Amino acid sequence: MSIDVLAFSLLNGTLYGMLLFLLASGLTLIFSMMGVLNFAHASFFMLGAYLGFEFSQGLGFFPALILAPLCVGLIGAGVERFGLRRVHRFGHLGELLFTFGLAFVIEEAVQMIWGRSPQAYPVPAALDFTAFEIFGTGYPAFRLFMLAVSAAIFAGLALLLNRTRVGLIVRASLTHPEMVSMLGHNVPLVFMSVFGAGSALAALGGVIAGPILVTQPSMAAGLGPILFVIVVVGGLGSLGGAFAASLIVGFIQTFAVAIDFSVADAFGLIGVTAPPAALGALLRDVWNVSVSQVGPVIPYLLLVAMLIFRPMGLAGKRA
Amino acid sequence: MKPELDIRAETLLSVRGLNAWYGKSHILHGVELEVRQGEIVSLLGRNGAGRSTLLKAIMGAVTTTGEVAIGGRAVAGRKPHEIAHAGIGYVPESRDVFPALTVKENLRLGLKPKGEGRWSLEDIYELFPVLRTRADTAAGSLSGGEQQMLTICRTLIGDPDLIMVDEPTEGLAPKMVAAVGELLERIAARGVSILLVEQKLVIAMDISHRVYVMGHGEIVFEGTPAALQAAPEIRAEWLEV
Ligand SMILES: Nc1ncnc2c1ncn2[C@@H]1O[C@H](COP(=O)(O)OP(=O)(O)OP(=O)(O)O)[C@@H](O)[C@H]1O
Ligand SMILES: [Mg+2]
Repeated sequence: MSIDVLAFSLLNGTLYGMLLFLLASGLTLIFSMMGVLNFAHASFFMLGAYLGFEFSQGLGFFPALILAPLCVGLIGAGVERFGLRRVHRFGHLGELLFTFGLAFVIEEAVQMIWGRSPQAYPVPAALDFTAFEIFGTGYPAFRLFMLAVSAAIFAGLALLLNRTRVGLIVRASLTHPEMVSMLGHNVPLVFMSVFGAGSALAALGGVIAGPILVTQPSMAAGLGPILFVIVVVGGLGSLGGAFAASLIVGFIQTFAVAIDFSVADAFGLIGVTAPPAALGALLRDVWNVSVSQVGPVIPYLLLVAMLIFRPMGLAGKRA
Repeated sequence: MKPELDIRAETLLSVRGLNAWYGKSHILHGVELEVRQGEIVSLLGRNGAGRSTLLKAIMGAVTTTGEVAIGGRAVAGRKPHEIAHAGIGYVPESRDVFPALTVKENLRLGLKPKGEGRWSLEDIYELFPVLRTRADTAAGSLSGGEQQMLTICRTLIGDPDLIMVDEPTEGLAPKMVAAVGELLERIAARGVSILLVEQKLVIAMDISHRVYVMGHGEIVFEGTPAALQAAPEIRAEWLEV
């Protein structure tokens, strides 16, 4: 791998990891509080991309950057208040099915409004230039902007949780919601706000990722499983773990694409250059498998390995 | 010793015909109870009599029917945080410090938005200096007795008019038991009412103005400690094991 590919892969890996964390942070907080994985979380990401696209058309990208997360945040808060909170008394299974159904409803709604085909969600003109060049290859300014937004949100979230009274109440509610309410804090309101804020962060991810990923109805279903891998690998309910896992998955997926290395190359290193004639047709296929082909599977292998060797995750305390 | 009770003191907490359920099981049956301003009241009874359930019911944490009034205002059916804002502090028997947060963060969580009242953070530290020296360590690393002190102090800093404390001395070393007793008397000295659930009869009789005995989810005795002392048949039937 050449030095410029390495540099760009490092940048892109960090970027993708930070983007994943934008979603995983909310999902983890919501999981810690309610004990339920929100299957609709990636749908809020998609909703963010579509609303971001829509607001960009009418008002421009930067207003969309604020408005779309705001709208989705309100929708999320409403979902908690009038949906999840009522389903709560039927137990975790009920809540799980509710979020599962919600994901379908959102996907169908998006298809009804915008259709099945991808939207032309362009990079905003103000950010459509080359930020810098390494060895003659340019790096787009919009990607740097994405990186800056994600990093700012990460810093803001860390400050909010660790330095403010609201953050203190949230952290205590993660483990002892009943006791927190007995001390006079409105815990149901905290739950609703965290759900709303988590949804808004997912939507923000959608607004900034929309122009470089493809804004289409299947984008939620494509991202959902990766998010669960991150939340489980990070350790259910741990923000620090989710951050580490987001970066790891971001790097794995970016480098897998960048590395042009196949099984044949591996054998090439030890002097075997052609598939032995004895190999059957099936094994000859394996011979030609490259890292970039198995790249998408690696996170799931990581998940399986994690569940076997360290079921509590990187930083989790419970299995 | 317990402070003199002003005979004109007004009723702070009044419970009338209170029933409580956990799911389908009916636990409290028409409980009647009253705590006046500045009064120390103990709630006695055998294991499973329903004392903890009564405290939780007053806090609005279990399903109930009946009346609960705080300072004359009806609060039955309100949420726990609303009850807390109405002036009731609650220290559960499970103690429930937030183990991952520091001692100071635990105390800050007890503070209400209106700010400090009868007790400042400084008062709390003077009352119990260990909390100052351990202020920045995780609350989960404190000893059982220190955690008990922390939960009581965390509630105090929210400036309740009445503090309900569920079995604060359970499982503590004799020295800590004495310290808890002393803390309760200091709380009362500042005019805060106390509703105490306590197994150790001696402490309860010593510091209370009035005692209630519960059995099978009902109040079976109400009177002064002296009156309970003079009623061996009540003690034999409802308290002694
Ligand atoms: N969460 C619960 N669900 C169902 N039943 C409960 C629950 N908590 C308590 N109970 C039942 O309610 C009754 C009263 O319990 P409670 O905790 O109020 O007793 P207590 O007087 O505080 O006794 P102790 O604390 O010594 O056990 C008991 O029969 C108990 O089994
Ligand atoms: Mg009890």
